[in-house]
Amino acid sequence: MTLPEDCPHILIIEDEKPIGRFLTTALQAEHLRVFTAETGRQGLIEASTRQPDLLIIDLGLPDCEGIDVIREIRAWSNIPILVLSARTQEQEKVQALNAGADDYLTKPFGVAELLARIRAHLRRQQAAVTLTEPEIHFGEIKVDLALRSVTRHGQVVHLTPIEYRLLLVLIRYAGKVLTHRQLLTAVWGPNYSDRSHYLRIYMGHLRQKLEQNPAQPCHLLTETGVGYRLILE
Amino acid sequence: MTPKRPDPDELLNKIQQEEAKQQRGCLKIFFGSCAGVGKTFAMLLAANAQRSQGIEVVVGVVETHGRSETAQLLAALEVLPPKLMNYRGKQLPEFDLDGALARKPSLILIDELAHSNVTGSRHLKRWQDVEELLTAGIHVYTTVNVQHLESLNDIVGQITGVRVWETLPDHVFEKADEVTLVDITPDELLQRLKEGKVYLPQQAQQAIQNFFRKGNLIALRELALRRTADRVDAQMRDYRADQAIQPIWQAKERLMVCLGPGAEGEQLVRSAARLAAGLRADWLVVYVETPALQRLPTQQRDQILTTLKLAQELGAETVSLSGTELADTLLSYARSRNVTKWVVGKSRRSWFAKLLRPSLMDELANRSQDIDVYIVIHTQTPATLSPPVQPRSFEFAENSAPPLQGYILAIVAGIGITFIAASLNRFLDAINVIMLYLLVVVGVTVQFGRSAGILASILSVILFDFFFVPPQLSLTIADTQYLFTFAVMLAVSLIISHLTASLRYQARVASYRERRTSALYALSKELSSALTVVQIIEISCEHLQGVFQAQIALLLPDSHEKVRQPLTDPPTQSLDSWVDIGIAQWVYDNQQPAGLGTHTLPANPGLYLPLRAPMRTRGVLAMVPTNLHQVFQPEQQRLLDTFAAQIALALERVHYVDIAQDVLVSMEAERLRNSVLAAISHDLRTPLTAIVGLSSTLNSHPELPIATRQELTETLYEEALRINSLVINLLDMARLQSGGLKLNLQWQFFEEVVGSTLRSSARLLAKHEIVTQLPSDLPLLLFDAILIERVLGNLLENAAKYTPPGSRITLAAQVKDTEFQCSVSDNGPGFPLGMEEKVFDKFTRGEKQPSQAGVGLGLAICRAIIEAHGGKITAKNNQPAGAKLTFTLPLRESPPLPAMESSDDSS
Repeated sequence: MTLPEDCPHILIIEDEKPIGRFLTTALQAEHLRVFTAETGRQGLIEASTRQPDLLIIDLGLPDCEGIDVIREIRAWSNIPILVLSARTQEQEKVQALNAGADDYLTKPFGVAELLARIRAHLRRQQAAVTLTEPEIHFGEIKVDLALRSVTRHGQVVHLTPIEYRLLLVLIRYAGKVLTHRQLLTAVWGPNYSDRSHYLRIYMGHLRQKLEQNPAQPCHLLTETGVGYRLILE
Repeated sequence: MTPKRPDPDELLNKIQQEEAKQQRGCLKIFFGSCAGVGKTFAMLLAANAQRSQGIEVVVGVVETHGRSETAQLLAALEVLPPKLMNYRGKQLPEFDLDGALARKPSLILIDELAHSNVTGSRHLKRWQDVEELLTAGIHVYTTVNVQHLESLNDIVGQITGVRVWETLPDHVFEKADEVTLVDITPDELLQRLKEGKVYLPQQAQQAIQNFFRKGNLIALRELALRRTADRVDAQMRDYRADQAIQPIWQAKERLMVCLGPGAEGEQLVRSAARLAAGLRADWLVVYVETPALQRLPTQQRDQILTTLKLAQELGAETVSLSGTELADTLLSYARSRNVTKWVVGKSRRSWFAKLLRPSLMDELANRSQDIDVYIVIHTQTPATLSPPVQPRSFEFAENSAPPLQGYILAIVAGIGITFIAASLNRFLDAINVIMLYLLVVVGVTVQFGRSAGILASILSVILFDFFFVPPQLSLTIADTQYLFTFAVMLAVSLIISHLTASLRYQARVASYRERRTSALYALSKELSSALTVVQIIEISCEHLQGVFQAQIALLLPDSHEKVRQPLTDPPTQSLDSWVDIGIAQWVYDNQQPAGLGTHTLPANPGLYLPLRAPMRTRGVLAMVPTNLHQVFQPEQQRLLDTFAAQIALALERVHYVDIAQDVLVSMEAERLRNSVLAAISHDLRTPLTAIVGLSSTLNSHPELPIATRQELTETLYEEALRINSLVINLLDMARLQSGGLKLNLQWQFFEEVVGSTLRSSARLLAKHEIVTQLPSDLPLLLFDAILIERVLGNLLENAAKYTPPGSRITLAAQVKDTEFQCSVSDNGPGFPLGMEEKVFDKFTRGEKQPSQAGVGLGLAICRAIIEAHGGKITAKNNQPAGAKLTFTLPLRESPPLPAMESSDDSS
């Protein structure tokens, strides 16, 4: 199968052959160019030579910690990094996200979900280059960054300064999973990084003000035990 | 005569002793006849010799007494700094036992083994310190003067006229590994004394006049030589026994000492100790508490206790018996213990008293055919330092004087009966009047005891004379016959009152004994039904408090062999402030009693007893008695020991019951594991079979129409997810059960967790209508979000699994009283009757349909998680239809909230 030259390049660092194979097949079918590496070291070499547009990495690698690989790559690149992890490893997920990963998928996962995430991150990556839009839309909400106003169905929604700051951080990294610590540091400052209930209270307020059914949110999503994510579409 | 083989038990015993000895340090005693013979000098010489051979020598305590030669020898050795003890505001230097144990040299020098420690030290006596050093494997060199040996103490006192307080129990001396006699002739010693090598010149002159008379020195030297010779002889005999050189295996002698009240008891015990040592015999010291002896004043009874204690220290077994007749009790006990020799004190009674009644000595000699009787002569020991014993109180004295009302009523009764007799005078003979008076005497004695009875006796005679003997209303008598009547009447009434009082007394003693026995019975009965350690503690404390009038605490070891006071219900009883854990730990480690009334830390107000059971020590009993007599009477002590043994046995029993129960539980677990394996293998195999079948079908039939292929892959996907959910459940259960689960408690919004649960379970809930009823003012809750999401997910999926598609599932939450409640209800078929509680058990399913996936772990996991959070989960059938599962979480005080912010427009 021949691929167009400008198609996105994906690097997969995964030591389990069956998983690597199914990822490769599924991505190639979506017209993506796939490179694979089975160890962390090989993955770093591939990452620097192939210049991928997105990286998929398994946290449990045979030769080194996945987190170290993420840190090393983050030192010189800001390509989207998608982490694959097992269900019970919440702490590792948080560490990987704090180290600079953008998103995670819990094994086992379906191809549809994987592709949706990959597309979202590739799009965000492109959009980030041109993030000068004065207006952001999601659901019934319109955020005017220039006027600093939020409207819902055209009605002005009153947000406190902290609520607005929180919303701005979420918008800036829309689609990306933000850990509690990242959000607390960005909104309240580094001294508040252990008061995650502050964050929960303000997320609750934002949902009450912006979501149709706060108990079943569509945009301000909770990643239990990890953090939050804003979905724009 | 064929040589007799040594007794195997005895040989084994010997081997065990040797083994114990190898781990213990060796004790070497430098033994001398008196101060100044050069014991310390010899000890230091020997120590220096050891040091030059590379052995680590430390000086614990050495007194140079200003002797320069000694000081020179001492200079070369490492000296352990003394510990300063605070005693009545003064700082007194004392041997630092803990320092020595921590320093742990291979050899330590400790002068003056008989020394008594400063009050407040761990042990009363220095030899006890040495004992602890030896147990720790440290070799000890020490010095002893002959006059300090306990059994020779009184003899030396008689010879020299000076009695020393500080004594060393003979068993310490006997058990020493080596004894070196340091000997010089009296002339040489006197020469040294004159040269000022022993004392400073002034003191020396005084000493020569008093203690250091040549006669004294010769006698002391003889004693020291003799004692050493005895030891050598004993060693010789031991050696012979070891090598079985000569078959002298005569039956063991057993001495019995009969102890009476009075100071001469001590002398008797010492003589017996020497005799027993000479005969190498076991010896018993017996004290018989007769009613007469029980009436002795407290001080005298204490004297007996002291003597019994001395006997114990000298190595005797002490027994106190009770009985009415001294000789009978002694004889029957002697027979039961196979006693071969009696030791009794010579009676000091007058010949007249002996005429009336034979002395104990004579009685025993007459009645014990096969037992030799040794009679020990009492001598007045000079300058005895023990407190003078009070002269024996009046024969008939009661322990406590009867109340005044006793006397008054005795008089009233006497006068009353006189009136009755006077009114009946016409019908009664004089002889019957006497009978009436005797009745009064009996009545008064029964009610008010001996003294009142005697008063009534005398009063009766006087009243009878005054009112009934002619001439009436006068004490004079017409007929001399009546003199005889009076004498007999007085004698009879005195005898009656005496007998009645004795009976009364014995009844009282019997009732005490009865009370003790029933206390013991009650305790053992309750202990035998106790099932838990906490019960044992409660029962023991309750009974001991009652019987000994003391504060009681039981301390039990934890898994690190550290004793502590277990928490009891109610917790107010726990951690009594008077309990000294340090002492308790010592008692537990050393299996020796300590505290009040013992040798170890006697200044402490509490008494600590080890609870020894057959297998091991099970704990420590601590008590603070309010009434010392309640605890230190011999009978009460025996009772206390029995109680302690009973408690220890009960603790041991419970311990083994626990072990047995653990075994039972693990058997149960094994059974469960088997059924789990069966269930899991079934539930895993079903979807796996489907997957293998489906994928191979797809592989081998490429010609299948695309719609069919689509359908097959769809099923493949479903089955894989089914295995996934089963694996997730199994892993969760394993994690919860391994105990390794740590709750990551954080302040959470319940609404948020509901949202994420609904999103992650969306696929399984797609065919159902989900309704959430969450009030907007739910407080922050402290829980582990991931686990609670798991609970919600399981409850929702469970509801979806057991209800037909299209059913409504309602998730509602509210705050009720002090807890948070969340319920998941549906309008499906509900639980089968009687299954409501069982659904939370592992491997239980509502319907017996293997087609429904999952081994029934889901709700068991929910319960484990909710219970770990301190909540409850319940299941019931909903009205009018459907199932309802409700869980609760405790509400806690909210954390500090962020400062209020104006909700003004942010622009």
